[in-house]
Amino acid sequence: MTDIAEHAILNVDQVSVALSGRQILDQVSFTVGAGQFTGLIGPNGAGKTTLLRVILGLQRPSAGSVSVLGKPLSGRQQAVGYVPQKVQLDPDMPVRARDLVALGIDGNRYGLRLRPAWRSEAVREMLHAVDADRFADARVGDLSGGEQQRVLIAHALISRPRLLLLDEPLANLDLRSGQEIVSLLARIAREQQIAVLLSAHEMNPLLPVMDRVVYLAAGRAASGTTAEVITSPVLSSLYGYQVDVLHVHGRVLVVAGAGEQV
Amino acid sequence: MHALYTAIFEPGFFASPQVHVAVSIGAVVAVVSAVTGVFTVMRGQSFAGHALGDVSAAGGSGALLIGLSPLAGFVGLGVIGSAVMDLIGVQRLRGRDLATGIVLGAAIGLSALFIHLTSISSSITGVTQQILFGSIFAVTPGTLPVVTALGVIALAVLGTVGRPLLLSTVSPDIAAARGVPVRVVGLLYMLALAVSVGLSSLVVGAILSTALLIGPPAAALRLTRRMAWAQLTACLIGVLATWLGVLLAYDSYYWGASHESLPVSFFVVAIIFVGYLASGLRVARGRRCSRPS
Repeated sequence: MTDIAEHAILNVDQVSVALSGRQILDQVSFTVGAGQFTGLIGPNGAGKTTLLRVILGLQRPSAGSVSVLGKPLSGRQQAVGYVPQKVQLDPDMPVRARDLVALGIDGNRYGLRLRPAWRSEAVREMLHAVDADRFADARVGDLSGGEQQRVLIAHALISRPRLLLLDEPLANLDLRSGQEIVSLLARIAREQQIAVLLSAHEMNPLLPVMDRVVYLAAGRAASGTTAEVITSPVLSSLYGYQVDVLHVHGRVLVVAGAGEQV
Repeated sequence: MHALYTAIFEPGFFASPQVHVAVSIGAVVAVVSAVTGVFTVMRGQSFAGHALGDVSAAGGSGALLIGLSPLAGFVGLGVIGSAVMDLIGVQRLRGRDLATGIVLGAAIGLSALFIHLTSISSSITGVTQQILFGSIFAVTPGTLPVVTALGVIALAVLGTVGRPLLLSTVSPDIAAARGVPVRVVGLLYMLALAVSVGLSSLVVGAILSTALLIGPPAAALRLTRRMAWAQLTACLIGVLATWLGVLLAYDSYYWGASHESLPVSFFVVAIIFVGYLASGLRVARGRRCSRPS
């Protein structure tokens, strides 16, 4: 077996977060390796967004540590790409899809814009990689939800991060657009050896592509392959009450059990 | 031909020193307002811009009361007001709205007091008109370098933080994750906004400064898909509206028998309003044409 730490892009170690006296995350640990597609699954309010904010360095954990590429978090995360939840793109904004992707290169730089030729070429390639050439010149606010997700993914990927975090990217998409985004991400993870960590409250769309799962409930996490984690005993101990895992036509349903305490 | 020419440019227009000052200051102010205003419209902060106009009014009238130039008050109190607004309300969108409304109310109250005190304690006439609705023909030539310097400072600030500001306007979350100090960038923008509102108070008055700030960018955003072009178009619309306003106000002296000029700010704002409506027509037609696909 190869040394897992050598390939680990992200290492979350015993992370706890308490916000105004409430325990949001409780000793969460897991690793994500290069090229792996990991689903961060859990019901609403389980702490998924908080966990992503900790990994981004936007939220300080009250205990534990996070390292990206073996290095502890520092202020600026060049190696991490991020697609947040609910980005409001106003139709009035004079920002085309290619402009938003270009901001992925230099949106955090100061001073007036210098436009080297490689920049627009890189933007064109990136838009092509996420299959967004068709609407490259449309205003981002005029695009559909699925199209906007592609552009935001391109924006996040153009700085060549090793880790891509996505917060509920499927939340407002129809089933088909959601599937397209998921297979796009799976392809990118495989081809570019990027670690993808995607949060979702619904795991079924991710089952075909998910290499590993981090299941979050009541602030605690279990991680591993879906076969290891999505079982009645593991989830019951996370939730703190009996939970049943049902398999129906290749889909998984997690339902509250008959009520007896574990 | 000559008759038409004199009908458009009434006698003495090009020779008038007041017109020279008005045209120069109007252009500088229109450009600064347009560049700032594109961000204001995109960030949905036109209400904050309007409140800053009211703060400027309090500043301008206060400055007159203690014998300073209104411009010092317009810009000075505007800058302080913008910092306070940022401090008390930036965390939540709703909080910002509330903070803005409260600052606005307080500012108008102060203006009422200052204008009243000024008009009873001094021989200055037309204080209300000058502060609230502008008096560009009364601006002295010595003000031009000050206005230009302030304008250059505001533009330099926006030029420096332009991209991080755009990114945090698109998504504060993404910007923060990329290491942009979102609050500092937002505060710098608010300061530039305060300067720009203070300057346009000089041209169209504190109450109407929002019109110059919001109108040309709002029309430009309907006409173009790119940030740089939106700012350029807004500049053109703003400068054109200001110059036309100056011309029409000058001409209006000759229109009636009473020989009273109509206010510049009325014409500037009216032209901007018409321009905004026209840009809407163009968008409506464009949408219809591009639909069958």
